[in-house]
Amino acid sequence: MTPARSFTRNASRFRYYPGDISLAIATGVAVLAILTMLAVLLIEIAWGSRGALSWEFLTTEPSKGGLAGGIWPAIYGTVLLVLVMTIAALPVGVATAIYLHEYARPDTWLQRLIRSAVINLAGVPSIVFGLFGVGFFIETVGRSIDSVAYGGALFYGKPAIIWASLTLALLTLPVVIVATEEALKAIPVEHREGSLALGATKWQTIARVVLPQAMPGILTGAILAISRGAGEVAPILFTGAAYYLPFLPAHPTDQFMHLGYHVFVLATQSPDVNAALPNLYATALVLLALTFILNISAIVIRARYRGRLRG
Amino acid sequence: MIQSAETVTPSRRRSARRSRIIEWLIEKTILATATVAIISILLIFVFIGRQALPVLSSESVRQTANLREFFTPNGTTPQGEPGYIWQPVSEKPKYSFIPLMIGTLKATIVAMLVAVPLALLAALYTTEYAPRRLREYIKPLIELLAATPSVVLGFFALVVMASWMQQAFGFEMRLNAIVAGCALGLAIIPVIYTVAEDTLTSVPRTLREASLALGATRAQTLLRVILPAALPGVFAGIVLGFGRAIGETMIVLMAAGNAAIVSWSLSDSIRTMSATIAAELAEVVYGSPHYHTLFAIGALLFIITFVINSIGAWIIGRLNARMRGTVQ
Repeated sequence: MTPARSFTRNASRFRYYPGDISLAIATGVAVLAILTMLAVLLIEIAWGSRGALSWEFLTTEPSKGGLAGGIWPAIYGTVLLVLVMTIAALPVGVATAIYLHEYARPDTWLQRLIRSAVINLAGVPSIVFGLFGVGFFIETVGRSIDSVAYGGALFYGKPAIIWASLTLALLTLPVVIVATEEALKAIPVEHREGSLALGATKWQTIARVVLPQAMPGILTGAILAISRGAGEVAPILFTGAAYYLPFLPAHPTDQFMHLGYHVFVLATQSPDVNAALPNLYATALVLLALTFILNISAIVIRARYRGRLRG
Repeated sequence: MIQSAETVTPSRRRSARRSRIIEWLIEKTILATATVAIISILLIFVFIGRQALPVLSSESVRQTANLREFFTPNGTTPQGEPGYIWQPVSEKPKYSFIPLMIGTLKATIVAMLVAVPLALLAALYTTEYAPRRLREYIKPLIELLAATPSVVLGFFALVVMASWMQQAFGFEMRLNAIVAGCALGLAIIPVIYTVAEDTLTSVPRTLREASLALGATRAQTLLRVILPAALPGVFAGIVLGFGRAIGETMIVLMAAGNAAIVSWSLSDSIRTMSATIAAELAEVVYGSPHYHTLFAIGALLFIITFVINSIGAWIIGRLNARMRGTVQ
């Protein structure tokens, strides 16, 4: 914040000094404004949920249409959803990054095609993923499974946690790929050359030299993907989320409750929103806390990892 | 990789061959897995398109839902003039895309007006003025804003911001394009900030040093040297933020009022394309004209964002190549 430092003696101070100062102030104010809005959001939601948030709230079922009781099934559903999503997205994402960075020669058409597919996949609106989940997973894949294995009875051809998870897995795939590739880039090429020179094969080098070093980066990517997946509601609106279920999902074809969907329905479709407000705030806070804790841990892992690479 | 097998025993040779086969299998498996991203994009295109196509091809669907219905006046306004009406659930359903597109545009414009100046100035502060220690805190905090689920932002806008803004500006409609646009702006600030900050950081230090050495002030260097050098990246950030704002769903679904009104007033309620899909798909009859119309809106959204993101990515790719070329 010392804009005058770069002045030479010959320059007219009076002419340039105000510009320097005002630019510094304007940019500083912008940062302050953004961080203030973030703080207001956090404080307002934390303040609104006082009184409603308790151990009981986290561990019991909702009652009276969400006006009373807790959100345990929504927490359970969200965690299960992102767990299945991660199992699907992580191996595919890591393998794609390995291909892009370790196997593909740079600037081949295939590599460029995969890259632009990843970029475009990251830009597809989340509601379009929801439509895709309906049109592909439920109407096409699910119906086919039903007609082949269940004689047309409806098991897989309807909204289910497996379809919601797979839809989210596609949405978070780019997150995993980008993070893994960043991690692979950071590993010195000498480590690979050393391993190959000692007679290890390409795959042995990747599996025993490259991947162990990239692990913190991959972990960061997985955490960021989980955080992103836990917060997305639009893709699961029609692919499996339910507002109230009397049981916890136990089978791939079960529907599930979800924190974000709970917030959405309680805020927009509740007959008495004011009565629902305390629980609404508390649910939003739990969801916010979940994503923030995940993100902060990703930031910490990344910071440590970078420090280690620098030596 | 193993080529020394010729001088050793037959059993070693066999194991060498086996390991070569395994290597080959692994490489091909990884290659096959890497195509999932391409296949996904193609499948999205095909399956959204397949459900949207009947508005062009099916006789029975086209009777009520067709391109002329979507884009030309399809009803009369209360004043008796020809108008654009979205009224999918009524005796004679009306499916004009125009009110939805206007709604999307209005929310996006407000969001851009909020987000672009704030994000760019913040990126300038982070790269140019912030002390190193402070920078290490600002970036993760803005990442936290990026991590905030859009349903939480939508809830905040619906319950808190809408009331505050109605008190401050006396809006007739509590939920409107300004409220939703501001919340949407919060959501895209991190997108624009991240790309802009990346590009500003990657401007070669030699440019800055040369400018300062020639006697320019810091502000002059920033505005006339660094910003022009980073301009394509800054523009790409804005383009990507725009793409994100057009497709964002939960915020506008919750905080925009969901009234399909044709008006250019920002204080009127709006209904966006994304929110229309989200609000109506759950109750629609499978295979009805309404169902295919919603997929047609999805296809339109997909194409718009696909084009916008491709432009953004293309600019960034070219810029990266140029920056690499400049730094020797």
